[in-house]
Amino acid sequence: MATIEIQNLVKRYDDGFPAVNDVSLDIADGEFVILVGPSGCGKSTLLRMIVGLEDITEGELRIDGKRVNESAPRDRDLAMVFQNYALYPHLSVYDNIAFPMRLSKNKLPEDEIDRRVRRASSMLGLDEHLERKPGNLSGGQRQRVAMGRAIVREADAFLFDEPLSNLDAKLRGQMRTQIAQLQRRLGITSVYVTHDQTEAMTLGDRVAVLKKGRLQQVASPRELYEQPANLFVAGFIGSPSMNFLPAREENGHLRTPIGDLTAPEHVLEAARGRDLVLLGVRPEHFEDLEFVDEALLPHGTELAVTPTHTEWLGNEQYGYIDYEKDPEVAEVLDELARDLDQDEIPPQVVVTLSSASRIRGGIESRIWVDTRKVHVFDVATGENLTRDEEKGAELTRRAAEDRQREIETAAALED
Amino acid sequence: MKGMTTRQKVGWSVITIVVLVYTLSPLVSILMTSFKASGDLTTGRFLPTRFVLDNYEQIFAGSARDLFLPALRNSIGITLIATVVAVVLATLCAYAIARLDFPGKRLVLVSALGVSMFPVISIVTPLFNLWRTIGLYDTWPGLIIPYLSLTLPISIYTLAAYFQQIPWDLERAAQVDGATSFEAFRKVIVPLALPGVFTTAIIAFFIAWNDFVYGISLTSTSAARPVPAALAFFTGASQFEEPTGAISAAAIIVTIPIVIIVVLFQRQIVSGLTQGAVKG
Repeated sequence: MATIEIQNLVKRYDDGFPAVNDVSLDIADGEFVILVGPSGCGKSTLLRMIVGLEDITEGELRIDGKRVNESAPRDRDLAMVFQNYALYPHLSVYDNIAFPMRLSKNKLPEDEIDRRVRRASSMLGLDEHLERKPGNLSGGQRQRVAMGRAIVREADAFLFDEPLSNLDAKLRGQMRTQIAQLQRRLGITSVYVTHDQTEAMTLGDRVAVLKKGRLQQVASPRELYEQPANLFVAGFIGSPSMNFLPAREENGHLRTPIGDLTAPEHVLEAARGRDLVLLGVRPEHFEDLEFVDEALLPHGTELAVTPTHTEWLGNEQYGYIDYEKDPEVAEVLDELARDLDQDEIPPQVVVTLSSASRIRGGIESRIWVDTRKVHVFDVATGENLTRDEEKGAELTRRAAEDRQREIETAAALED
Repeated sequence: MKGMTTRQKVGWSVITIVVLVYTLSPLVSILMTSFKASGDLTTGRFLPTRFVLDNYEQIFAGSARDLFLPALRNSIGITLIATVVAVVLATLCAYAIARLDFPGKRLVLVSALGVSMFPVISIVTPLFNLWRTIGLYDTWPGLIIPYLSLTLPISIYTLAAYFQQIPWDLERAAQVDGATSFEAFRKVIVPLALPGVFTTAIIAFFIAWNDFVYGISLTSTSAARPVPAALAFFTGASQFEEPTGAISAAAIIVTIPIVIIVVLFQRQIVSGLTQGAVKG
């Protein structure tokens, strides 16, 4: 059990490129923290710095209050699951799991080793595979062996480096659940690196979003989703991602390429005095007008649009609406696309409609948008001008409470 | 051989037989000669008219005994020591080359390559003088050291290629698991590199075992003379008789260890030789 304190950590390579730039993050005992970001954002490097496989250029790393910058990986007492599992191919599953306990550093008597290996293998459903070699196992089984090897050490913390990225989609879902349950059961501090936002949102108590080596925002998944700190976080979290529309405030309205919106005062206030802002609207804040509750109507704006096409998915459908590109925001959006690892952000609004909606491509239809939940971003800095700090903090506080309750319930069940 | 048509099968079989006949016929010829009686040697026939063991008797019990048996002992001893030393040194060196960044890494590789390029015959005379001065002439170490210069470069190259394809993450995982660098090397890297180490050991063994130039130049008595050199000193029963039969018998005897090694470690050699080539 341990806390991990990251203070102004910097990793600079020989050519001066900072892969991790001034990152500070406190990880509480038993917390599950996710490091997420597009490829090349420095998340894996940060993890390797924590475990000791990368040197720290500047800053301080403390585990349980003790500075470990200079400690070798073996002295930090952390367990890590590698992206390619890094199982020892010449050893059986049993010996792989027992490996850490047979080293001189944490040498245990053979009967204790046996007890721990059996416990881990039954926990992970590996009992009938103990004598097999890793080469004969499926991807999911290898993954579980790697987890087993991490568990038996009873290390201070778990570190995961994209552990599910080599599995197919279905297995990934199963393993995700298994990891989440295991972490709750063991109550062990965990740091998990991923580029997959579903993993980030479902697993994390708190999620740290990184871009180009810099920390953008650390918060509960819900705060990230509802109160993003900036354009990057807003665009990165959520699928399909948030729509960004150029907007101008004019006489109490927001003029956008898909129509004028009436908006609550705090939104207008944020946009006022600026020539141009970017309006962030999540797809699910749109709806086919026909399916909107009467009582909700005053909180939003009706729009007449002609979608290019729709996609019916069963539980919902997506409509796609093209709009005229605004050259003034083109540069900002292109840069955002690059940051997000995408080719471009097309001038297109994605809207989520009820699966019963009969809106179809090419036909002018009436939709409705909930303007209470839109965000306003500064074009130059990308800062979220409508972010409600207090509301956000409240969301994260609630997430922490929920988690505490979950752990207590789990502990009660165990007894 | 699955998925081949009959024609392809026949074609491959023919090619295999041709290659086998081409490579094995000299060996069979030597084998046959070793069974010939001395009067039989000049008949020009492939098979002996009568199979006799005279030649084997001669090298193990007869006149060539004092020449052959010490030479066999020298060959086995010197070659084994040279192989073990070469493999141990090359393993450590190749590991460093594959895994660590240190100043002079290129120098080590280039000089290893340079040494192996150097023609043996050009070093042998200076070495002869040097060895006589410092007392290594006609001793086991006097041969082991030059053999290392032949076996080390190729061993380092083979093993470095082998180490390079072992995923680095395995070692990192071992370190995170709590292993010291040496433990990670011994418990993870060496077992994984074992096929490569075997292949290297066998190649090194062959090189040392087959050497003739150093063997004949740096020895003078049976104290250190290896078999290939000793063969040159065989004489017939009289000056009118060629020692061809005895030489053939000795040649067959020294081939046996090699055949045994290859048969025993066949699987390791094959996996060792192919694993370096194919990225798995």
